Amino acid sequence: MATQAQAAAPGGLKQHFSNWRLALVIAIVAIPGSVFLFPLETAFWVSFGAVILVTATVVTRAWGRRPGPLLVAPALATLLVMNIFPLLWSLGLSFFHFRANRLSPPRFAGLNYFEKVISDPNVWDRLQTTAIVVVLTVGIQLIVGFLLALMFEREFPGRRILLMLVLTPMMLSFVAVGAFFRYYYEPTFGLLSQAVRLVTGEPYILLASPEGAIAGIVFADAWMWSPFVMLLVLAGLVSVPKYLYEAAEIDRASWWRRFRTITLPYIRGLLLLALLFRTIEAFKLFDVVFLITEGGPGTSTETIAVYLYRVSFQYFKTAESSALAYILIFIVIVLTNLYLYFVQQREKEEEAPA
Amino acid sequence: MRRQIGRAGWGWTGFSAVVSFIYFFPVLWIVLTAFKAHTDALAIPPKWIFTPTLENFVSVFARAYIKGQTAVDTNFDVYFFNSIFIAGSSVLIALIIGTLAAYGFSRYPLKGNNTYLFIILTTRMLPPIVVIIPIFLMFRVSGLSGTYLGVILLYTAFNLPFTIWMMKSFFDELSPEVEDAARLDGSNGYRVFFRVCMPQVKAGLAATAVFGLILTWNEFLFALLLTGVETRTVPVAMAQTIGGDIGVRWGLLAAIETLFLIPVVVVVYVLQNHLLRGVTFGTIRR
Repeated sequence: MATQAQAAAPGGLKQHFSNWRLALVIAIVAIPGSVFLFPLETAFWVSFGAVILVTATVVTRAWGRRPGPLLVAPALATLLVMNIFPLLWSLGLSFFHFRANRLSPPRFAGLNYFEKVISDPNVWDRLQTTAIVVVLTVGIQLIVGFLLALMFEREFPGRRILLMLVLTPMMLSFVAVGAFFRYYYEPTFGLLSQAVRLVTGEPYILLASPEGAIAGIVFADAWMWSPFVMLLVLAGLVSVPKYLYEAAEIDRASWWRRFRTITLPYIRGLLLLALLFRTIEAFKLFDVVFLITEGGPGTSTETIAVYLYRVSFQYFKTAESSALAYILIFIVIVLTNLYLYFVQQREKEEEAPA
Repeated sequence: MRRQIGRAGWGWTGFSAVVSFIYFFPVLWIVLTAFKAHTDALAIPPKWIFTPTLENFVSVFARAYIKGQTAVDTNFDVYFFNSIFIAGSSVLIALIIGTLAAYGFSRYPLKGNNTYLFIILTTRMLPPIVVIIPIFLMFRVSGLSGTYLGVILLYTAFNLPFTIWMMKSFFDELSPEVEDAARLDGSNGYRVFFRVCMPQVKAGLAATAVFGLILTWNEFLFALLLTGVETRTVPVAMAQTIGGDIGVRWGLLAAIETLFLIPVVVVVYVLQNHLLRGVTFGTIRR
């Protein structure tokens, strides 16, 4: 909040007591104060009002002065109210004993819940499951996406239509994909079971074993997102100057050598971006798991997102889930930072005269 | 994707067609299932040749279907309306606010511009479940839970980061000389924005809108937790068709999915050239 107010009012140093600073001070005092003094609902409205006050003062200050702050103010205000404020709210909650389905007032708990979450073997178990799924699915996506890109690299009749077919899975709803694969993995009439029966003579229940269930989820997710990697790799392949290939042709370089010395350097950056982006996204994996296996059998396919869903909305351990959520936020922020760093790195390379 | 690297003939088309159809097969099979009668959908071995029927599509919208012994409303017309209405209004609002913000970020950088953009992108990169815990509480306290207003507000915030990053990437591509020339000619800020800038990013605006619509149309977790009976969207209803019932009516489910994915396929075809930018939230342009 503080950084927003400062940057939204450049030149604020000249006027030491412009009204947004006052509003900010009021907010900083009022929010924790109300959490300690009032019941939760009142505290919520007081905090909410304080946030609105800060936003309003910033906007009025910027009004008619400089277009920059004014243009971005509505968007920042919306995000502040709908995203940043709730996240700060839940950060606050993670320091209290609080369950969303109880009426008892929250009591201060300090770092209790963070300790609890970090030392919880369940959390580590779910993180491990998530890691296995992420590594497998991102790995398969990179390989399949790469091969698909090699196929679509050339220009041929009907390319656009076929590209559409391959790109469609990526844009489907997770729920639709989950429902598709639930149908295909169905033990009696599902296509997979029937295909296996042709060979072994017995129906096959993929989702009965932990390994099978993980394979089922990985397959569905990898099917959905390989086209994403394909798109990125295609973009890289297109950027390779043609004359390099022609030169290699004259030098009679082997296919592998051409690939390693010309193609790979041009797509390496994009592959890295694809890897990071898919890792962030796969880390969130929820819907597909929720629909195909519901975390089962047992808890063998419960990813961290599904676990978090259970903790917060089935057991209503709100404080604990907020603490866990913050650990996830930390991981995602690190990954996003890394991703944007490489995006900028790549833009710089492109801008530099070749 | 625009420039050609190598040309290949019909032989390559044949090969690619086989691969593409294998890849597309899960979707294709669902579409086929949607046209099968109930017994055909569960047939062992799977039926390739069957008499197509529209019965599944009819029962998506027909007011009653049989579950156990009792007649139950499908209500899918309401859910489809909700999906369209909620996605439409939130994308419209996000587009207006987001385009202004993107223009601001692109043309009048603030102190710490990149920090804002980073924070904005992060809110979109966070797992939805993390974001939803406090929002769920907030909605319950404020009584927004289950109302159109609440859901639309939430999806506006959900679409904003994406809209800002997308539109900023389009604005960044324009050459500033044109705008400077317009300013020298005496156009004020509004004129430059509406008459000079906006016509140039029209295609980008359309692409952003369509992407936003698809993302909102597909979203599941927020809708699951924050929509009520009247505001339920199709993905949630679809998930509920799978869970719980005594025997899932796969034909019906396939019909719903088929209806649900028509807009998606159209979009993929139309927006092929903007797809890369769209799926990376505007961070990667080419």
